Amino acid sequence: MTMNKQSNTYTVIYIVALVVLVGSALAFTAMSLKPRQQANLDADKMRQIMASVHITPEKGENIIEIYRRHINDSFVITEDGNRAEGNAFDINTTLESKKPADERLLPVYVCDLGDKGVKYIVPVNGAGLWGPIWGYVSFDSDGSTIYGAYFAHQGETPGLGAEIEKPAFSDQFDGKHIFKDGQFKPVNVIKTGQKPSDGEDYVNAISGGTITSKGVAAMLDDCLTPYKNFLSTLNK
Amino acid sequence: MAEKIDYKNVLFNPFSKNNPVIVQILGICSVLAVTAKLAPALVMGLSVIAVLAFSNVIISLIRNTIPTNIRIIVQLVVVAGLVVIVSQLLQAYAYDVSKQLSVFIGLIITNCILMGRLEAFAMANRPWASFLDGIGNGVGYAGILIIVGFFRELLGSGTLLGYQVVPDSFYEAGYVNNGLMILPPMALVTVACIIWVHRSRNKDLQEP
Repeated sequence: MTMNKQSNTYTVIYIVALVVLVGSALAFTAMSLKPRQQANLDADKMRQIMASVHITPEKGENIIEIYRRHINDSFVITEDGNRAEGNAFDINTTLESKKPADERLLPVYVCDLGDKGVKYIVPVNGAGLWGPIWGYVSFDSDGSTIYGAYFAHQGETPGLGAEIEKPAFSDQFDGKHIFKDGQFKPVNVIKTGQKPSDGEDYVNAISGGTITSKGVAAMLDDCLTPYKNFLSTLNK
Repeated sequence: MAEKIDYKNVLFNPFSKNNPVIVQILGICSVLAVTAKLAPALVMGLSVIAVLAFSNVIISLIRNTIPTNIRIIVQLVVVAGLVVIVSQLLQAYAYDVSKQLSVFIGLIITNCILMGRLEAFAMANRPWASFLDGIGNGVGYAGILIIVGFFRELLGSGTLLGYQVVPDSFYEAGYVNNGLMILPPMALVTVACIIWVHRSRNKDLQEP
């Protein structure tokens, strides 16, 4: 018996069978690759955290091992500076940064660099021109001097806004202070050649990447402010 | 039975005489999107070769069972499935690259070259010929991507594959990277230049 390939029944059965087949192939691929993908994501997060304290693993080095060696402690705090329950690494800071400041869970990573002292690393999340931007900022044990910063983005314009992930931009933050005469003033990002009016520390924005640069300034303002109490207790 | 196919032509024609990008003008959108740097252009090219070859083979294998009125949907399902698998594999085994290409891998689905080859070739030919056709067109596409990526990264950033190739002394002497090369319009201009050179060398392609 030959089937009529143009009949509705054949068409419906054909497409249902095809979709089920392709669907299960995809589900199988996704499930079997999941652990590897999650490990990649975790390793990438560790790399980013370490980038903020200027530790760059060489190609082929085990990121997890280096991370364990350098990041000695991590904890979660709330806006008043007290400890809260939870595992710092597992907190989704993108979601937290959308909550009001006093409800956020704030992860802190502690990194002991030996001679260079203890550094405190905090995550920051914000928005650039096309999508989310994020990063990590590390502070010296005085809670005010920035030791290093790392920024990343999802889809900023290559060569313009995307330059925030380059050391040429992020290294400008080294040595800046977020407390000026006891006042809390997160570092600003300002067009080259201009100066902020109220004497806060600033870095040069990226020419052609104005909205991304403003996004970085807004992100630092929004995400460092909840850490004010915690950082000022260090600053004694 | 179809007439005897010259496998050599099937494989090599799309490299130049019947190039999908510069002769058929297909897949231009992705040429704009991924060629600001050379490395993503390379991976994109490889991914398209893989997806094109395998989807051609799969469609060719089931070509006699596909009901004609839903053939485009069937082609899309097969292509979309393969693209998601490629994207998942990259996330698991080449995480850095998959991060660089981000959404563009997913956009292979909308690459007109794929639909074009499935509809025009795989639906009517045997699997082995379809496989060669997929490889040929994929390489034809990847080649253009690499040429465009090469010039855009060299002139726009002064680097190749991330390594600086324009010496510092040039910059000291006043040379400045051309920021315009990084923006999408210059990909179109670069492709146009390639088409210009290609047509002037192949007189038979010129329209009267």
